[in-house]
Amino acid sequence: MKTVVVTIDRFDQENQRGSYQQDFTIEIPNGLTVLDCLNKIKWEQDHTLTYRMSCRSAICGSCAFRINGKSKLGCKTQADDVITNGKLRIGPIGNTDIIKDLVVDLEPFWYKLKKVKPWLFANKPKDTTKEFYQSSEGYHKIEDASTCILCACCISECNSLKVDKNYVGPAALAKAQRFIDDSRDKNFVQRTREISEPTKVWDCTHCGECSERCPTDAKPLSRIEEIRERVVNAGVHNNGGARHLLSFFKSVGSSGTLDERKIPIESVGIGNLHANLGEIMPVGLKMLSHGKAPSMIHHNVDKVGEVRKIFKKLNKL
Amino acid sequence: MIKHDIVIIGAGLAGMRAALEACENHDVAIVTKIYPTRSHSGAAQGGVAAALANLAEDDSPDFHMFDTVKGSDFLGDQDAIEIMVNDAPHVIREMEHFGCVFSRDEKGRIAQRAFGGHSKPRSCYAADRTGHALLHSLYEQILKVSKKLTIYSEYYLRDLVINDFTCNGAIIQDIKTGKIEVLNSKAVLMATGGYGRAFQITSNAFACSGDGLIAAMNNGVPLMDMEFVQFHPTGLYGQGILVSEAARGEGGYLVNGKGERFMETYASKMMELAPRDIVSRSEQTEINEGRGIDGKDFVHLDMRHLGREKILEKLPQVRQLGIDFIGVDMIDAPIPIQPTAHYSMGGIPCDVHGQVIRDKDSSPVRGLFAAGECACVSVHGANRLGTNSLLEAVVFGKRAGASLNEFALNTNRVEISDENHALERTNKLTKELREMNGKESINVVRNEMKNSMTNDCGVYRNPEKMGRCLNKIKDLQKRFKDCSLGDKGSLFNTDFFEAIELKNMLDFSEIILVGAIERKESRGGHARTDYEKRDDVNWLKHTLATKSADGEIKLDYKPVSITKHQPEERKY
Ligand SMILES: Cc1cc2nc3c(=O)[nH]c(=O)nc-3n(C[C@H](O)[C@H](O)[C@H](O)COP(=O)(O)OP(=O)(O)OC[C@H]3O[C@@H](n4cnc5c(N)ncnc54)[C@H](O)[C@@H]3O)c2cc1C
Ligand code: SF4
Ligand code: SF4
Ligand code: FES
Repeated sequence: MKTVVVTIDRFDQENQRGSYQQDFTIEIPNGLTVLDCLNKIKWEQDHTLTYRMSCRSAICGSCAFRINGKSKLGCKTQADDVITNGKLRIGPIGNTDIIKDLVVDLEPFWYKLKKVKPWLFANKPKDTTKEFYQSSEGYHKIEDASTCILCACCISECNSLKVDKNYVGPAALAKAQRFIDDSRDKNFVQRTREISEPTKVWDCTHCGECSERCPTDAKPLSRIEEIRERVVNAGVHNNGGARHLLSFFKSVGSSGTLDERKIPIESVGIGNLHANLGEIMPVGLKMLSHGKAPSMIHHNVDKVGEVRKIFKKLNKL
Repeated sequence: MIKHDIVIIGAGLAGMRAALEACENHDVAIVTKIYPTRSHSGAAQGGVAAALANLAEDDSPDFHMFDTVKGSDFLGDQDAIEIMVNDAPHVIREMEHFGCVFSRDEKGRIAQRAFGGHSKPRSCYAADRTGHALLHSLYEQILKVSKKLTIYSEYYLRDLVINDFTCNGAIIQDIKTGKIEVLNSKAVLMATGGYGRAFQITSNAFACSGDGLIAAMNNGVPLMDMEFVQFHPTGLYGQGILVSEAARGEGGYLVNGKGERFMETYASKMMELAPRDIVSRSEQTEINEGRGIDGKDFVHLDMRHLGREKILEKLPQVRQLGIDFIGVDMIDAPIPIQPTAHYSMGGIPCDVHGQVIRDKDSSPVRGLFAAGECACVSVHGANRLGTNSLLEAVVFGKRAGASLNEFALNTNRVEISDENHALERTNKLTKELREMNGKESINVVRNEMKNSMTNDCGVYRNPEKMGRCLNKIKDLQKRFKDCSLGDKGSLFNTDFFEAIELKNMLDFSEIILVGAIERKESRGGHARTDYEKRDDVNWLKHTLATKSADGEIKLDYKPVSITKHQPEERKY
């Protein structure tokens, strides 16, 4: 048995308490999960504490919380692994509106999932007397994405989502890859085109938070990279995104690191800057205003002046 | 009041499969207390049965049928089983067509493996997350046709509207706001899943609280074969979280404290792959006779001889569960396991079309249908074979959907004339719960129920234990009324819904016990130490339990449909 002080970031709109923090002291044996700790608090100390849960075996995706600031599944996280100096902090996941305590509004999450048309357009008529073959390699291409449990851990710290609420987000993109790469789907070309539209695959800033938080093998950033590769190989160049990728390669190629400042601009094409400012505005400017833009000095870049000029221009808008 | 043609309660495999079938011609609503992809179907690991004959070329639906009948300890209804095994290959290929991500064999066909009680390897699988793969592909199909459907996610079924055995609606409550709505429809489908949560050691999700059964029972519908609860032999020790039978399907050993593969004694032919009732009983016997590990109440599941590679390819999620929940990696060490309450054979009685029936003559409850784990068709009889329940949910979900479609085409909606009357029971309970201010704790009552059910109504039962347990449950029902509700709010009040779930669990636990005490034989999931043998002369029949208005439980019995296979002794 050990004593733990659990600090919970709570939210109560019904009694006008708004956001507040509350400490609970509990005695726990070894082997409890973070979800068990929450249940202990709810059932033994404060019945108003509210969160979602169901399977308690890391498969239903209900129990995503911020545990010590990082989104994780409560039922998959051993308390011992996250308690430091007898303390543990639990809050709702980020990039969402809070309904009550740890319960967040997931409607935008589900709505965005639908935007990538996550269903098979079968390339064969349905005939239930025959199987619809897929090779083992074909299966392995979509296996990782198919493990997604739609828990929303990945959206919690997503940098792009922070600056653009319309971004479909990592889970929807992981789901998109699962269909783009499904050998049984007939809409490959259309899918690659649609996924290149604004708010989708090219709006990811590669921060990697999603893959780091993802409790399954779905690892959205890897899926996003796969989609980008498919899109470029399919010859869907005429969009901000593909140019973004070319810019990405150039950036990495020239300086050995990723110069994030150049990417938004090259993505629309320097020549098209005026016409397309609106398109990069949301991401570029919002990043600045959120203190998210990369630092203005890149260690190994020659056109610092030009970039500065462009950023100044953007800043004035 | 909101109107729909068809209301489906539950968005697991059964509910969503039915919705797909019915939404073509009708305005369909799906009501679910958790988001569809959170449904417990997603937790199913091992596979779904169909005689595709990909791995064993000589497999056929006939073999599948015999295995299922024998597995059911001859209590399964053979007309229903025959339909299920014949439909199986079709519905599975259809799921494949819906995009389900199945594992593949070297020819690109759906991969299959061995499973307990099946004489051929016919479990179609997606690694060890088959339920998840099926559930997500159905959800995707639902999204595809979402314009034709209304999904009430995070809405809770509170009651049904049934008058004179005709159902024309349901009472639901928005969990987020607490608002109660009356849905008026031509027909309602119950697809609310199982009732394993009343046990301390269980593989079931918190959501598996039998709400649908109690809503039906409160409206005069009987519950069938409730005493048959399946205990799965491999629950993680202390938690009950499931280690899929796929682990044994892939070659895992069960080992006792003396280091012996004890199944040798009980089922020398099928060994670890005997049906679950037999393996769980054997395991419990080993434990009771002091041959658990270090004499304790668990044995070992040893996977080490399979090797890292096979484990990682075939059982990645199961391995991870061991690591996450008890800190044991099956690649390096054996896993401590014990029997865990897993599957609910009993439920709402219905025919092969999903039509709910109300007595032994199969008189219908018009407009009420049931499918999936909450239904009792009965294809599983006294003991379900692994992989047959995902199959049941898809086959009978689809069939119920077709019945709903037919029914709604030929029926006019009966208006709910007296809304207040329809809401009476719901409003009364709501008020009572909100005003509950006694000295008992919901948590204590719930824990006592769960411990009692696991200890006294578990793998082995005897009259003394069951009697004690029934008294306990009745006492807890009284104490429940003297509990207090800690959260008095309206918004997302999980405390309130947990209280309703507890009430439901106490109510069906009573039915389990009354049926179990009366059934004086051992059959499938119901094993008694005072009647160790199956008794076909007196007990080859289904239990029907009805609760009268004054709370008294009446038992009646319904004959088993026996078409092809006469009961015989089971040997494995
Ligand atoms: C851990 C585990 C592993 C399993 N593995 C296998 C396997 O390998 N093979 C196999 O064949 N079977 C397996 N099973 C059994 C199988 O998963 C289930 O029998 C089957 O999925 C049940 O499906 P369903 O659609 O009937 O119910 P569920 O999937 O449980 O869905 C129930 C639905 O009802 C809704 N609901 C319930 N109550 C209410 C309410 N009050 N108001 C509104 N909505 C409500 C829920 O929200 C949910 O959407 C396993 C079961 C478990 C527990
Ligand atoms: S890598 Fe892309 S999708 Fe993932 S969190 Fe970062 S910005 Fe979001
Ligand atoms: S991608 Fe990973 S983190 Fe995101 S919803 Fe899916 S499983 Fe959860
Ligand atoms: S409770 Fe299902 S994932 Fe945690």
